[in-house]
Amino acid sequence: MSFMGAEMAYEEKSAWIMMLVTVGAYAAYLIIVLGRAEGIPLTDVSYVSALFWTIGVAIVANIVLHMVVAMAAPKDAGKTDQRDREINRFGEYAGQAFVIIGAVAALGMAMAELDHFWIANVIYLAFVLSAILASLAKIIAYCRGFRPS
Amino acid sequence: MKPTRVTNSIRALRFANGEMTQAELADRIGVTRQTIIAIEHGRYSPSLEMAFQIAQVFGASLDDVFQYPDPHTEK
Repeated sequence: MSFMGAEMAYEEKSAWIMMLVTVGAYAAYLIIVLGRAEGIPLTDVSYVSALFWTIGVAIVANIVLHMVVAMAAPKDAGKTDQRDREINRFGEYAGQAFVIIGAVAALGMAMAELDHFWIANVIYLAFVLSAILASLAKIIAYCRGFRPS
Repeated sequence: MKPTRVTNSIRALRFANGEMTQAELADRIGVTRQTIIAIEHGRYSPSLEMAFQIAQVFGASLDDVFQYPDPHTEK
């Protein structure tokens, strides 16, 4: 199995891109925010710009990598079929759990009047975990097999 | 994931039909080559409609392409 190999469907490559970009962007965000936290409380750290920048860069990286993959195998570019759609639905359904957990956690934190820093970050983390779990579920379904039941 | 009990003869039928490639079969039924590979290896169970489309390409019946063990003949 190779990342850019012809043995991988376009949508499987897409799931890999989503996972790698999400992990990379969130790791960059953590490095920036924790780097700024030296000597001051975490809640006083300026995180908004880092959050927007990492999301923006992730979106651009996602588009660029999809273009690279499409150029590497133009015949397969954008090709999806029934299996891809079923695996996509399965993955998104799996990932959705974290969005709900994040929303409930943020609701509880808002009611407990916690700092905005924690509320924003728990929502961001929930989106990241949701994207990672969805991508992982899709990748496993492509590699190990998928039988709708 | 629970392994499927459905087996298939797609590989044999491809060879019997002028050594049809996976890519040709995929084009005929409008799916990706990776989906044909997944079906051949039992890693994906196609819908009934796709199963009929595959059988039609080979001019075979569904039973000739896909097999399912008969519970009455199993111990």
